Amino acid sequence: MNNLNSTRITLHVNGKTCELEVAPNRLLLDVLRNDLGLTGTKCGCDDSSCSACTVLVNGEPMLSCLMLAAAYPDREITTIEGVASNGVLDPLQVGFCEEGGAQCGFCTPGMILTAKSLLEKNPEPSDQELREALSGNLCRCTGYIQILASVRRAIDLLREHQPQGVSQR
Amino acid sequence: MSVSPIGARIPMVDSEAKVTGKGKYADDLSLPGMLVGKILHSPHAHARIRSIDTSAAERLPGVHAVVTGHETPVKYGILPIGHDETIFTSDKVRYIGDNVAGVAAETEAIAEEALRLIKVDYEPLPAHLHPEESMRAERNLIHDDKPNNIEKEYHHHFGDVERGFAEAEYIREDRFDCAEVTHAALEPHSTLAAFEADGRLTVWSSTQVPYYLMKTLASTLQMPEEKVRVIKPLVGGGFGGKSEVIPLEPAAAVLARKAGRPVKITYTREEVFYAHRGRPRTIVELKTGVRRDGRLTAVEARIIQDGGAYCSYGVVTILYSGQLLNAMYDIPNVKFDGYRVLTNKPACGAMRGHGTVNARYAFETQLDMVATVLGIDPAEIRRRNFLKPPCRTINDLRVLSYGYPECVERVVERSGWRDKRGKLAIGKGIGIAGSHYVSGAANSIIRSNMPHTTVDLVIDREGNVTLYTGAAEIGQGSDTVQLQIAAAELGVELRRMKLVAADTSRTPIDLGSYSSRVTFMAGNATVAAAREARQKLLSAVAHALGENAAQWTIENGRVFQRGEPRRAMSFEEAARLACGSDSEIKTTGTYSPPAEAQGGKYKGAGVGPSPAYSYSAQVAEVTVDVESGQVTVDRVVAAHDCGKAINPLTVEGQVEGSVWMGLGQAVQEEMLWEHGHLMNPGLLEYRSASTLESPRIETIIVESHDPEGPFGAKEAGEGSLAATLPAVVNAIYDAVGVWITSLPVTPEKILKALEEKRHRTESRSH
Repeated sequence: MNNLNSTRITLHVNGKTCELEVAPNRLLLDVLRNDLGLTGTKCGCDDSSCSACTVLVNGEPMLSCLMLAAAYPDREITTIEGVASNGVLDPLQVGFCEEGGAQCGFCTPGMILTAKSLLEKNPEPSDQELREALSGNLCRCTGYIQILASVRRAIDLLREHQPQGVSQR
Repeated sequence: MSVSPIGARIPMVDSEAKVTGKGKYADDLSLPGMLVGKILHSPHAHARIRSIDTSAAERLPGVHAVVTGHETPVKYGILPIGHDETIFTSDKVRYIGDNVAGVAAETEAIAEEALRLIKVDYEPLPAHLHPEESMRAERNLIHDDKPNNIEKEYHHHFGDVERGFAEAEYIREDRFDCAEVTHAALEPHSTLAAFEADGRLTVWSSTQVPYYLMKTLASTLQMPEEKVRVIKPLVGGGFGGKSEVIPLEPAAAVLARKAGRPVKITYTREEVFYAHRGRPRTIVELKTGVRRDGRLTAVEARIIQDGGAYCSYGVVTILYSGQLLNAMYDIPNVKFDGYRVLTNKPACGAMRGHGTVNARYAFETQLDMVATVLGIDPAEIRRRNFLKPPCRTINDLRVLSYGYPECVERVVERSGWRDKRGKLAIGKGIGIAGSHYVSGAANSIIRSNMPHTTVDLVIDREGNVTLYTGAAEIGQGSDTVQLQIAAAELGVELRRMKLVAADTSRTPIDLGSYSSRVTFMAGNATVAAAREARQKLLSAVAHALGENAAQWTIENGRVFQRGEPRRAMSFEEAARLACGSDSEIKTTGTYSPPAEAQGGKYKGAGVGPSPAYSYSAQVAEVTVDVESGQVTVDRVVAAHDCGKAINPLTVEGQVEGSVWMGLGQAVQEEMLWEHGHLMNPGLLEYRSASTLESPRIETIIVESHDPEGPFGAKEAGEGSLAATLPAVVNAIYDAVGVWITSLPVTPEKILKALEEKRHRTESRSH
């Protein structure tokens, strides 16, 4: 029941600071989707099986279905809506379009955010490193072939852009 | 030269919406005043409902509606002969998870509390949980009008199997048992229903079949169809699991009507598993007769499907399992006894490769068993039984394009088959198998004479082209393919095209995304609409200029007289000229399968016929750990005959996805039941494979150019699934010399088979 008193919380999401009143038992996934309207973060399983709800917390992929919204006042949260900057798609987003990594698209936000976190730490992952990084993110459409190709395409795009000093972020 | 969008690797037109998170799925939508709907599910597998008391739930503050089965008496079901469900049940519950009541409340927590306050007095009944026992039951039947709990049985006999087996020089009989599997699309089903002040209903739902959903909402809510509008937002995968009306859809609508406010229901993952409609457990008793040279003389199959508690697509599923034994190979004599059996478990329905998968696994595995005994190479025994199209099979399926022989040769070549089969180290193996699937059913479920699909095409005065289609994009890329087809036929650039799809009040009727019908059927209707629009535009332009229309053409959005491309006018100019005093040029295209493709006249002949069949051949390579029994699939090479790849990027995506889903069923996925409870209703427990367990899949596109397909195209989304299972099982035999006749191939089954093999070898040596 909703008998818990609401509490005032602060969230830093996609570079914006939001102050809102929520019950202390509310999950970050729920608050992102229903209070902030950031519906790009998906709920696929309710039990931390699928990672469709992945968001970045200070750059680390975390499952927003396991996080209390009130517990992250000082962290920078990035959702899929915060990945493109000024309408310019991130290389990962370009890769997922061009290589078919998004079929139904439901796992895509989580996949892109998980891959983004990986590539920032390790811009040239081996196949095994890439597979391990994405192994918590389930997809039922692709058999992962075009997802892996999409990330590879993003790696190529990042590599092409780097010598010219073009920012990827 | 014109640059045709046909055959181009074009990103899906909705991909940017998906990668940015901006695209909306049903659960992403909300309306002012929206309530949360929840469904009370049965805790009993089989029980009579003595009474339901909802008074405490109704009194709970924040609850706006409670609905039970007494208010929802109208029966429905996807098949006209299978109307056995109601929105909420009132007499009996027939599986754990059956739908007993619904509530709409201001929050999810209040809705859940309200469910707890509903008191249902059940009288438990003996439950029928095993198909072979259930079909002998005489009492406590699941549905009173289904004796022996048999939903439907079919007995087909084509040719003369007795003569065929008499002519055989080798006959083999085996029993195969395939576990139940489910779609587990990543998006849980979700429905938002809202009534307008004038009584019109709008429903946004995660559906593959907006048109059928609209009809069922109208019938179950007893409303005129023109007052019901179904809109399909983005759908997060279907695989057949959203290809019929799912209980939450009419439940949300009936709750919204009673509450007088919009209601959204989104299933939990556990509810998705119990809603199910997946592939039934299937027992296949198969007998194959061959001559010494491997030529098939007769096939006899007795197939039992554990259908669960309601009909769903069941009658079609059991028919597919028998009917599609036929359109791959030349089999002169075929007998099929099929039983769709009711049990007290969630209803099975259509799942990718509908009905064909388990029978294909049995057939292709037994074909390898036969080849092994006769000493014939498994690829060669398939060659010796190829059809010789154009032809009609013994059960009257018309086959025109047939890329299967090329598929076999291409996978043999690519995989290195000749250097590997029978020559790999112990524990390593390679196997081959084939499969096929319909490009849409030639006979519609609803037995109507109307076209299977209609599309409208509009060219406005500014030269914008809009395609209106009822077809349902569910992630397979059908919106993109339809736009490519329209752009190519019209002669304009893809960027000029816009699509309005899957909104029953705005788009013409399409039967939906199932049986792999959209590219072929909506594609053909799109060709027709675009061809007529092109002619209309050109004759209007020519007429306005006082010229002969036959001399005019459109290429890359430029309109010109043949031979004079330098004097071309832009498409915008041409559109303005052609529209004259009208606001737009509008054309309509339809598609109905030709009579010759609609099959025979015998009972059950309606299922199986298709205007065209896709074909797949696959080679799988595996490693079997003889100590642990663990099977690792290392590589799959899949050749798929899709007629013509309109978009190779999406064709490859469909083939890879099919193969991968087949692998899941082959080696790890399984619904585990105990006393009617599902023991693994979660994605991890169900063991959906991750990147780490997913092998290399290499796709080879084979293009047989179907004479009736749009630009020669056939289906690509389902036909590759079935071949994967037997290819893996045949590879396991090559690796360790045991046949696995039960799916999934678990380590326990491998170890047991190896143990039995050891015993046989030892007893022979004594």
